[in-house]
Amino acid sequence: MTEELQEITLTVNGRRHVLAVQPRRLLVDVLRDDLGLPGTHIGCEHGVCGTCTVLLDDASVRACITLAVQADGRSVRTVEGLADGMRLHPLQEEFWDKQGLQCGYCTPGMLMRAVEILEQVPDPTPDQVREGIASNLCRCTGYQYIVEAVLAAAPRMRSENPWDPTVPTEAKA
Amino acid sequence: MKPPPFRYSSPTTVADAVALLAEHAADDARVLAGGQSLVPLMNFRLAQPGHVIDLRRVAGLDTIRLAGGELVIGAMVRQATAERSPEVALAAPLLAEALGHVAHPPIRNSGTVVGSIAHADPAAELPAVALAMDAELTAVGPGGERRITAADFFQGPFTTALGADEILTEVRFRSFPGGHAFVEFSRTHGNFAVVAVAVLVALADGRITRSAIAASGLGGTPLRLTAAEQAWEGSTAGSAAIDAAVDAGTAGLDPAGDLHAGSATRIDIARSCLREALERATERALDRR
Repeated sequence: MTEELQEITLTVNGRRHVLAVQPRRLLVDVLRDDLGLPGTHIGCEHGVCGTCTVLLDDASVRACITLAVQADGRSVRTVEGLADGMRLHPLQEEFWDKQGLQCGYCTPGMLMRAVEILEQVPDPTPDQVREGIASNLCRCTGYQYIVEAVLAAAPRMRSENPWDPTVPTEAKA
Repeated sequence: MKPPPFRYSSPTTVADAVALLAEHAADDARVLAGGQSLVPLMNFRLAQPGHVIDLRRVAGLDTIRLAGGELVIGAMVRQATAERSPEVALAAPLLAEALGHVAHPPIRNSGTVVGSIAHADPAAELPAVALAMDAELTAVGPGGERRITAADFFQGPFTTALGADEILTEVRFRSFPGGHAFVEFSRTHGNFAVVAVAVLVALADGRITRSAIAASGLGGTPLRLTAAEQAWEGSTAGSAAIDAAVDAGTAGLDPAGDLHAGSATRIDIARSCLREALERATERALDRR
């Protein structure tokens, strides 16, 4: 079958891209292969594992079960958009600090889902974080550290205090 | 895997969408709303439509409105939007409660209420809610518009009364003044239900005057448990009425077993979910008076 290419406009991490894509292309593949943003991982390819989670118009979606054409005209945030230059996002710093990642495969999806959770609930309880990240699988099963990292990032995202790696964890609020 | 090749259209009116569906019928054209059922099926190549008609640009399908005692939800309304909607909370709290059990927030951010009903997975939550609430679905085809009741809509697993040349544009829920409850058992958080039960109940002077009870996971379609409704209606609200409804509602059920639960286990789970739902709905009906 000759598929007609569809012209789509995606604003990814604030940058506008005009692309011609086959309708069958998944958003995750367009991000990784066409836009050179491989931070978003591909896992199960049927919407179960959550490692491909990105924010589409600020709402988390599975990029593996979203066609790129469905994202036409919309804004996408990926894990590459979290850091500010060389300065990591508070969630990234806390994942690092709290050992919130082991193999790292689920991490981009976990981070983007955590961004959405904290944008919706800036001061979550541990149960709200657990319930929230239940959408994403970590097969290292390091969930406890992920929960701790999200809870530690919450007050920092509210106050936007800069992270100081020279201060030991125990001394932080 | 990835979806096989297909052609794609994103019409801006229902009439254009219906025309495209007719034009590409030979290519097994399919309608796309949120894609949370269709795209995984295409990734697995269980669905291989030659043409996909995306409803996302069709004007007027993304609204929730109250019209004459009915809650009307358009075909592009996302589940997450409905879950947070004050209109849904007011007119159909049963739907709001059930939406919290549909997969996970990232799926609900894309998936639509109407799409889940149209997909007609026998283990899904929203078809049971539609059945309990006597919902009506608006279908538009080449011959015009028609309404299909939920009771007529679900015909078998993933099989509905919708014609191949028709598009669902909205679902209409009738408000039910009284108590509600949606109770589900699933193997892990966010999975499809092994068994889910939806209950609506109205009381007057401590007696059950009207009820609606439906379940998922007990057959090829959601089932309306009319025997349970008849067994407790007219009785004084309380444990005896609930016992009678649980026994009547689960008598004669013969659900197919699968790797998640055998037939007898499913009935046991149904009894437990039904009891909890009847109790919670009754408590809420008492609170509402």
